[in-house]
Amino acid sequence: MKHESVEINAGLLIVLTLVVISIGGLVEIVPLFHIKDTVEEVKGVRPYTPLELRGRDLYIREGCYACHSQMIRPFRDEYLRYGHYSLAAESKYDHPFQWGSKRTGPDIARLGEKYSDQWQTQHLVKPQALVPESIMPPYPWLLKNELMYTDIENRMKALKATGVPYSLTAEEYQANVTNFGQPMADKLHIPNGKATLEAEAKGRNWDGDKERITEMDAMVAYLQMLGTLVDFKKYDQGYFASFR
Amino acid sequence: MTMSTTAGTVAGAQANPVTGKAAAVEQYNYDIVKKFAIMSLVWGVLGMFAGVWIASELAWPFLNFDVAEITFGRLRPVHTTLVIFGFGGSALFATSYYIVQRTCQARLWGGRWLAEFTFWGWQVGVGAGVLLYMMGFTQGREYAEFVWPLDIAITVVWVAYFLVFTMTLVKRSQPHIYVANWFFMAFILATALLHIFNNLAVPVSFTSLESYSLFSGVQDAMTQWWYGHNAVGFFLTAAFLGMMYYFVPKQAGRPIYSYRLSIVHFWALSFLYMWVGTHHLHWTAIPDWTSTLAATFSILLLLPSWGGMINGVMTLSGAWDKLRTDPIILFMITSLSFYGMSTFEGPLMSLKSVNALSHYTDWTVGHVHSGALGWVAMITFGSFYHLIPRLWGVAKGMHSTKLIYVHFWLATIGIVLYISSLWVAGIGQGLMLRAFDEYGNLGYTFIETVTFMHLPYVVRAIGGMFFLAGIILMVYNVYMTIAGAKRSVEVDVTARSAAVAR
Repeated sequence: MKHESVEINAGLLIVLTLVVISIGGLVEIVPLFHIKDTVEEVKGVRPYTPLELRGRDLYIREGCYACHSQMIRPFRDEYLRYGHYSLAAESKYDHPFQWGSKRTGPDIARLGEKYSDQWQTQHLVKPQALVPESIMPPYPWLLKNELMYTDIENRMKALKATGVPYSLTAEEYQANVTNFGQPMADKLHIPNGKATLEAEAKGRNWDGDKERITEMDAMVAYLQMLGTLVDFKKYDQGYFASFR
Repeated sequence: MTMSTTAGTVAGAQANPVTGKAAAVEQYNYDIVKKFAIMSLVWGVLGMFAGVWIASELAWPFLNFDVAEITFGRLRPVHTTLVIFGFGGSALFATSYYIVQRTCQARLWGGRWLAEFTFWGWQVGVGAGVLLYMMGFTQGREYAEFVWPLDIAITVVWVAYFLVFTMTLVKRSQPHIYVANWFFMAFILATALLHIFNNLAVPVSFTSLESYSLFSGVQDAMTQWWYGHNAVGFFLTAAFLGMMYYFVPKQAGRPIYSYRLSIVHFWALSFLYMWVGTHHLHWTAIPDWTSTLAATFSILLLLPSWGGMINGVMTLSGAWDKLRTDPIILFMITSLSFYGMSTFEGPLMSLKSVNALSHYTDWTVGHVHSGALGWVAMITFGSFYHLIPRLWGVAKGMHSTKLIYVHFWLATIGIVLYISSLWVAGIGQGLMLRAFDEYGNLGYTFIETVTFMHLPYVVRAIGGMFFLAGIILMVYNVYMTIAGAKRSVEVDVTARSAAVAR
């Protein structure tokens, strides 16, 4: 076939172009859904609780991912600075993923429980008060705004539709009890959504004010669980390396 | 190769003596091209202003002013969306509609209203999208932040665009489909494919603007960067090559250097680009085999990229003297040089060992801007300086040639400041973060690297200001050109109707 036949036939040009541009994506993306070793089997990884989930929504709303990555690479300096490298399993319930692409600020994949709730709240209200050289914008409105959570159950349902194991039926609940233990399974039960969120917000002094449920409560709850789910002491290094 | 020889016709030369309307305006739909060209400049100014603003926020953080709507995190997608989809997208609509009509010698298919629909759909989409980001509604996917109802609307607009473009090709009166149109076709098809798959999501409810992406973690990252890098590959490269393949030969008054080269590099570019997205995910939790494939194909991609650059630059052979006399050619050749440079830098940064240092730093940001400012914006400016006088039928060209020169130097100096300061910031930060002291402890804390980057950030913001000043000057020049065209038509009509009355 001479190339000229493509140059005089719009239909042929379209078909051939479609074929040529489809191959790369097919070869690289489709197998990721089928190769089992793509995501490690690790104990501890669970879906977000309702309060953490709202915190994560706010993290996305504010565009935090533009400056903070949540993906530690397997290098010595990153290990010393941030901790164990990130596993694929640790973001398997992240819709969308928040690995980021730029570190204008440090990686925060393992930020959870490194600082106190009070530190996190004060830092978000005015970063420069705690880190004078910081160029991070202040987020004082997180402390002022009441958290909107009337649609929390819809949010959990939407995530359930993508494959996150929040439970609706007794069967699904039982499965969660087996996988995550009963206290967590209660939190992941969609009909409990609102009540769970309120109990979480008032159960710990996230933003220093137990009475109001603010956006800060949710944000701090999210930041304090980042990277804390997997107990790395339980695994030897060879195990994770076998998946890479 | 055949290229329409009438393409150089200046519309005003065939003006109808009474109405003052040019014959070419009747033959082709220029109205839609004008609209998109003007909106491209409007979004360009706004988007580059947003860019200068957020660059300044990094240098002088008080500029965040504790106002949620203008914090860096919310304004950054405003900047990227305005420049990529507002400025770049509108420029592509304008030039593709112009080029497909001229090279096919056929009026746009679908009548006036279908093209008009793509115009309003695109503008409303971009405008609504960025306002929603400022209000906090985003999908949180880089360069695909549009909320789900807008994603659906954009898909509909894109299908209309595909129909207008393809059907105009089908009803062409030239036997050949000119090479520029292949690139536009690949761009339209690839963008549709990427947009649809990367935006698959489950809405929170039908009355909510928020949604959760269908994929998670590894698969989501892979899909996003397959999208992200091919937004660069097809939106910001293939389509602008289409622009280059028409306007460079027109402005140089020479045929394309090698037709064979354009065939080879078109197919190679279209095939190879789709493999390389994972180089944005080196050393992450993505499986190593995808990473290795992406790096390999990134290196291969140098060949078709440089094929395009060589084809464009060599088109000037035999007319090199124009570099001294024609600032539009200056814009075009400089843009191709930046294209060559950033498509060399890209494969370099896609090597895993280099990427280990460059990833997450400002080196990447600088690299993107050497492509976006140096290649995309410069080729657009050059093409528009060629296009605007022809659209409005001004035989003598732009209002001021001197201002084109000034624009050129402002833009070039701005880019050089921008890229070199971010090389310093990015490579510097990368080296500091991996430095150890003699006991094997980390050499620097993270915040020390932030302090180090202050000066490069100031220089980068100043570079951006230069570039912004350039496009503002261009807007003035374009305004004066159009105003001049309207005045001369009025004078023309009065004189002629006086003559007819006599």
